[in-house]
Amino acid sequence: MSHGPSASGGAIVAAPPTDAHHDVPYEPVFVGTARAELDTILSRYPTKQAALLPALWMIQDARGWISPAAMEEVASVLAITPAYVKGVVSFYTMYHQHPVGRHFIQVCTTTPCNVCGAEDVVKAFLEHTGCADLGLTSADGRFTVIEVECLGACGFATPVMINNAFVDAVTPDAVPRIVSELA
Amino acid sequence: MTEKKMVSLTIEGRPVSVPEGMSILEAAKMAGVLVPHYCYHPGLPVAGVCRMCLVDVEKMPKLAPACATSVAEGQVVHVHTPKVLEARKGVLEFLLINHPLDCPICDQAGECELQDYTFAEGRADSRYREPKRFNPVEDFGGDVLYVPNRCILCTRCVRFMSEVAQDPVLNVSERGDRAFIGKAEGHDLTDPWAGNVVDLCPVGALLSKDFLNKARAWELDRAPTICTGCSQGCNAVAETRDNVVVRIRPRPNDQVNQYFLCDTGRMGYREFNRRDRLEQPLVQAGHALEVTDWAGAIAAASRALAGRRLTTLVSPNLSNEALFLVNRLCAVAEGQGLFRVTMGSVAPLPGAHDLALRAERAANATGARLLGFSDTANLADTVQLGDALLIVGDNLDGIDPTVFDRADAIVYIGTALPDVLSARVQVALPVTNTLEEDGTLTNLRGRVQRYFQAKAAPGVARPTWYVLADLLTACGGAGAYYTAPEVFAALTAAHAPFAALRYESLGLTGGCITQAGAADTHAGAGQ
Amino acid sequence: MGYPHPSHPRETPVLSRYFGDPGARTLDGWRQRGGYEALQQALATDPQELQTIVKDSGLRGRGGAGFPTGMKWSFMKPDGKTHYLCCNADESEPGTFKDREIMRWTPHGLVEGVALAAHAIYAETAYIYIRGEFTEPYAYVTRAVEDAYAAGILGANAMGSGRRVDVHVHRGAGAYICGEETALMNSLEGRRGNPRIKPPFPAVAGLFGKPTTINNVETLTTVPYIIKNGADWYKQFGRPDNPKSIGTKLFSVCGNISRPGNYEVALGFPMGEFLNELCGGPLPGREIKAVIPGGSSVPILTREEAEAAIMDYEGMVAAGTMLGSGGVIVFDDRQDMVRQIARLTRFYAHESCAQCSQCREGTAWTTRIMERIRDGEGTAEDLDTLLAIAENMSGKTICVLSDSCATPVVSGLRKFRHEFEARIAANRSMVTVPGASRAPAA
Repeated sequence: MSHGPSASGGAIVAAPPTDAHHDVPYEPVFVGTARAELDTILSRYPTKQAALLPALWMIQDARGWISPAAMEEVASVLAITPAYVKGVVSFYTMYHQHPVGRHFIQVCTTTPCNVCGAEDVVKAFLEHTGCADLGLTSADGRFTVIEVECLGACGFATPVMINNAFVDAVTPDAVPRIVSELA
Repeated sequence: MTEKKMVSLTIEGRPVSVPEGMSILEAAKMAGVLVPHYCYHPGLPVAGVCRMCLVDVEKMPKLAPACATSVAEGQVVHVHTPKVLEARKGVLEFLLINHPLDCPICDQAGECELQDYTFAEGRADSRYREPKRFNPVEDFGGDVLYVPNRCILCTRCVRFMSEVAQDPVLNVSERGDRAFIGKAEGHDLTDPWAGNVVDLCPVGALLSKDFLNKARAWELDRAPTICTGCSQGCNAVAETRDNVVVRIRPRPNDQVNQYFLCDTGRMGYREFNRRDRLEQPLVQAGHALEVTDWAGAIAAASRALAGRRLTTLVSPNLSNEALFLVNRLCAVAEGQGLFRVTMGSVAPLPGAHDLALRAERAANATGARLLGFSDTANLADTVQLGDALLIVGDNLDGIDPTVFDRADAIVYIGTALPDVLSARVQVALPVTNTLEEDGTLTNLRGRVQRYFQAKAAPGVARPTWYVLADLLTACGGAGAYYTAPEVFAALTAAHAPFAALRYESLGLTGGCITQAGAADTHAGAGQ
Repeated sequence: MGYPHPSHPRETPVLSRYFGDPGARTLDGWRQRGGYEALQQALATDPQELQTIVKDSGLRGRGGAGFPTGMKWSFMKPDGKTHYLCCNADESEPGTFKDREIMRWTPHGLVEGVALAAHAIYAETAYIYIRGEFTEPYAYVTRAVEDAYAAGILGANAMGSGRRVDVHVHRGAGAYICGEETALMNSLEGRRGNPRIKPPFPAVAGLFGKPTTINNVETLTTVPYIIKNGADWYKQFGRPDNPKSIGTKLFSVCGNISRPGNYEVALGFPMGEFLNELCGGPLPGREIKAVIPGGSSVPILTREEAEAAIMDYEGMVAAGTMLGSGGVIVFDDRQDMVRQIARLTRFYAHESCAQCSQCREGTAWTTRIMERIRDGEGTAEDLDTLLAIAENMSGKTICVLSDSCATPVVSGLRKFRHEFEARIAANRSMVTVPGASRAPAA
């Protein structure tokens, strides 16, 4: 799997993880074992629509983000419309509507962490990942750094979420090591 | 039918008794009190989000949304106390902080509920000192443009598309003040009922491309009418500017179209602006048509019809009154009446009861059938050598012209003379179109509904029923009618299904004929 | 106990007893610690009786609103309808991280409480809605549910009782508002997490339109202890002069404090001692300036007010604030209150679901003014405007997010107005047009 910079020449836009190019036909997510997994999920709810959030998680886990084509797919699988799916996707901040870096770094900067110096942690991540700004992906496609609202780990300021993993009590000093350990 | 329990309450000091379960907002309407609101619409599920309709209900700790609060026995509701006014002022100020004050270039100005309530109750100034949010205009497809900067996120459009049209192509995207009405790429507002979102939008966020920049709301003249696009008989308002129809919008009628009108109906107005109108009565003189006066034309027409077997071909868009008089003419001349109906595909509005764009694309086929006309006989099989042919309103599209050569005499009554007749017609009589006259139409469920003149007729064109009444008199019949209600009265006396109806009491929502079986036989595919 | 710190002798660890003990995480480990005995007992007990015990215990909802749990359960009758139980594990109130620790250390404790409550409200199906960011708690709870199914604790014949109890774990995806109970239900149904208008209340028409009870993680985890030890045992926790606040409560402490973490104390604990003894007081050389005692949505207290407050529902109201979710955020003398209140309003503006006009526009407007003042471009009239907006945002919307944004502004302005005024006084611009005060490069 290639994660090189996109051919578009954009310096800071990384190649999306999989369904990268518009001319590549969309590969459905819900086939084979994934379809079976979705069927199991569907059995837990009285409506198909209730499986939307879990299904979106499956897409994001598989593809790294939720593309318009993926929204079409999940809409048809759950018998809802793409517009409806988009309304839901855009409500929840953890769903990526655009490709992000291989390591998606979320630094909590809400008040409890903010008073403990979270903004310095953010600065350190921007500096050591080479991300030009919040929300932008580094030129090598490895990193995207965002500020996130309360991660619910306020006693462990500053918590940082890197993809699905939590790192508690991050200080600016610890950032270079954390970044260097990310492939 | 079980009677609903009634609940008595007081709204703004006015006692009112309403059915249990009704919202305070609807109850207030019955008490004659308007509770300002945006997201509430009687044709949509309640959202309760704009918070404009907050009212003070005694003994409730907080202001209550009138749209989402049911009436209760003995409730005392205040709509205009300082506390409530202050809350509404607050909502208006919030809605305006990001709203461009572009009323001078906004199509909605003059019929904008944000403008109206701000003028009535809002602050004179804004305390907002920050930059306004900006999003570009988006083409939603169909006839609809979205101007997000003006949007107040009332979600009427989203609820209409998802709950009423049941075609959820619109959504609320994003959150907080970044939210906007969105759609999915490649899925446009092409639903046959999508145009309703423009009417439902209380501000200028959803606009009709067709109406864009055509007129200011205050320049328009309005008249109640009935859409002639199909046999549903949707109640509508024809809006004209300088005698040109610029827009047709739905007019509420719970029994017919609730609050809605399909896009086919909306776009049908162009027909009423046709410029190729017959403006003067014409008679054949040698090999050319010559202008004449009405008296001469009527006399010529009666001479043309006299002594011949009469076949009439009428348009199923004619009023009941016109059809009745053609029927009388047939009776005098022992003729027969035919009509043709254009058929199209059915487009139901799933969330509304018994509402669809019907297969029969004509407003009064039901009336035509009830008044003795047949749509099963074929004109070519019916017209015999030497017949007189009276054509009223039919445009003759698709008819083999040789059929006209069999007729000895042809009289045409219509708004525009079909080319095929220019050399064949003895007399051509100019009449008004539906928007230029008063009359009634019978919809597919047998509801007889009035329509009112919305614009002036060109030249000396006269209402069809008026011309037919003169012709009937000239042909020896009793045709001394001077108003549409007089013709209608004669119709009701002569035709049992209409017997119980009175023109004046039809009001703006119509009344039903008393005979079963009036249903549109061609609408089976629709419902 | 004050994980990650050793338990303080003045704590009353019931729920937190096994925090930091990985052995309690497994099914076997939980059973060895007496786990699932209460569920076994409850499944053989009539739901009505369970409702009565919980009502008698005085347990109130630990999610923030403090509604009596037994009374909430008693709305659920044996009416033959499908009922649902929702467990609110969307813990997202800034300053609060107690449910996270419950789920990380004692996931079976939660599963047990959920299964028990489902039975008590005549429900066969329960959903645990865990916020999307809680990947670790999600993994532990999911594992616990799987193990409980495998052991026959959950399923068609829960613990051999003949009763069906299904528990499903549902993951959120990043939305503070989904902690609001009706928003959570919408989210579970695959919708935008918009709060619903009430009525109808969840007990009448909740999840999937069916009668539903929704309880917080801490509340549900407490229940098995009450069933096992009895209502009278639970009533011993609390101050004798206040029978309205019963039990132990987890308080999450964060911000500028020596020992941040979770502390479980009996309700009625004096906050001054709590902050200075249990939590170790301010960081060396600093002083506490302000405390938000119940999660970011409750009014701010000054240090003096906080130190005099009693940590229970009524004590906090008496102090002019609320117990809320028990998230204690401490600000020391280094903190700029204008900056931090601006940061809080930004949080609410980010999280507003966009339904109600006052909230959608008001949270964003408030934030813009707060950040302008923070950046030294405020004017005196901004303070009046902030209060006016706050008034228009309060008590007028479907849920209380709007009120929650107004709260720190109003209480902050009341108690730290001098900091706002100092910021404004430093604004050298004599015009009120935003941006105009940015001096050209010298």
